[in-house]
Amino acid sequence: MAQAGGTEMIRIALAFLMLMILPARAEEIVAGLSQNRVSITATFVGSEILIFGAVKRDEPMPDADPLQVVVVVEGPSGPVTVRRKAKRYGIWVNVDAVKVDAAPSFYAVATSASLADSISQLDDLRHNVTIPQSIRMVGEAEEGLNPRDFAEAVVRIRTAAGLYKLEENAVNLTQDTLFDTRILLPANLTEGEYRTRIYLTRGGYVASQYETVINVQKVGLERWVFNLAHEQPLIYGLLSLVIAIAAGWGASAIFRLILRT
Amino acid sequence: MQIYLPIAEVSVNAFLLLGLGGIVGILSGMFGVGGGFLMTPLLFFIGIPPAVAVATEANQIVASSFSGVLAHFKRKTVDLRMGLVLLIGGLVGAALGVQLFNTLKAIGQVDLLVKLSYVVFLGIIGALMFVESLRAIMKTRGGAVPTRRKHTWLHNLPFKMKFRTSGLYISVIPPLIVGVLVGILAAIMGVGGGFIMVPAMIYLLGMPTKVVVGTSLFQIIFVTAFTTLLHATTNFTVDMGLAVLLLVGGVVGAQIGARIGVKLKAEQLRILLAIMVLVVCGKLAFDLLLMPSELYELGAGGGH
Repeated sequence: MAQAGGTEMIRIALAFLMLMILPARAEEIVAGLSQNRVSITATFVGSEILIFGAVKRDEPMPDADPLQVVVVVEGPSGPVTVRRKAKRYGIWVNVDAVKVDAAPSFYAVATSASLADSISQLDDLRHNVTIPQSIRMVGEAEEGLNPRDFAEAVVRIRTAAGLYKLEENAVNLTQDTLFDTRILLPANLTEGEYRTRIYLTRGGYVASQYETVINVQKVGLERWVFNLAHEQPLIYGLLSLVIAIAAGWGASAIFRLILRT
Repeated sequence: MQIYLPIAEVSVNAFLLLGLGGIVGILSGMFGVGGGFLMTPLLFFIGIPPAVAVATEANQIVASSFSGVLAHFKRKTVDLRMGLVLLIGGLVGAALGVQLFNTLKAIGQVDLLVKLSYVVFLGIIGALMFVESLRAIMKTRGGAVPTRRKHTWLHNLPFKMKFRTSGLYISVIPPLIVGVLVGILAAIMGVGGGFIMVPAMIYLLGMPTKVVVGTSLFQIIFVTAFTTLLHATTNFTVDMGLAVLLLVGGVVGAQIGARIGVKLKAEQLRILLAIMVLVVCGKLAFDLLLMPSELYELGAGGGH
């Protein structure tokens, strides 16, 4: 470990050196999205967003380490209660709960090479690139509970649900200039602003970055129903009763009509 | 066709929901049962969160009982006075049940409560139905009419009241208690509770059979409506879209089921229903006993 730390130190020193040698913004990202608005409707089955761009240079390409691109799309964060089951009286029941203060509802990382080749550990930490960096726990857990287990559970469950993903070699990089990747947003998205970051790295160190936002919104009837249910629950409840009664009555009336003819 | 349910926050196939509604509808039409006790666990199995399944099912029961109540009113087979007494109990029970539901939800045990209740009730009902229909098949004839006890401790309770339609003069305490129990079940399990109330009305209260169904439906419709409103205002778990889809399937299924039911032999079908109830019960119990593949579970951390 000490040796790893040592090389890390040398790398940091090198990075500083490079920062001093290279003029700031020798290479710059120009990027775009196929859409910066995603609408969740009744028939929403997910959406694929094309993120593309180019590297703008004022001078010839530096003859340095290979260029890589890292794309991060992050959904709105919120607190999550994580519960753990254990066997009690023969059945599996929730026994422990730990509150994770903030975990993103969606998190996708796409890289142009393997993760290790695309970004260094140091810049991963500095720019909060990979998934574990984005989960925050401030409060202390109860006695005897390891909060890391619970944070890992969040990552595991959301990865299984397709909400967290790391896709290595998923960014196409053409002639060190043009890049594009597709990020699949699943159907079970949370509303909000999806922060989208693109990093240009050389030798694992961030050379340039670009940030934009994708807006995910429930629209149309979905939005109306959701808002009504949360803001005017009594009216919503009465309305659901009326609608259900009408639908039940209507369906039986139509069915009787069909049978008669 | 996948549709997104805004309250349950899951995507499900619309035809699957229509089909589920239809199948449960056929069964309820054939056997004259409400179907809530089958629908709610089936909703768990397709991935609807239990809290949403229970609240939405209450909403659905209101609608599917509506035309039944109207028909019974027309035939004058509703004991309004008894219905009101049962209803008062039911409203109290529903309020208690939702309170319990919300308390356990806050500590993350509501799924367990709902599932355990289902295992217990489906187990008891399934077993009773199975035994009863087996007996019926064994001796197809010679049905001994259950002898009603003429005078029991129930008749010594205070607060007596005349129930003219039922021709009874009994204390209001037993129907109130029955109402409370049914209300609790409605709130926790998303069922109408007819399967408990109907036998209780016949055997415990001694009501004449012809007013039992109408009166119980009268109570059920108001108690489940109240439960729906309580869940909608405290938990935000009533999914309108889900309820409508299940209902449309259910209503059509019930009409078909009622026509099939007339033509077929009741005993054999009843044993099939009993087996089905036991299978659903077994699956729920198995899920509780088996070590889950994922020991952790995520819940909302407050705030959306």
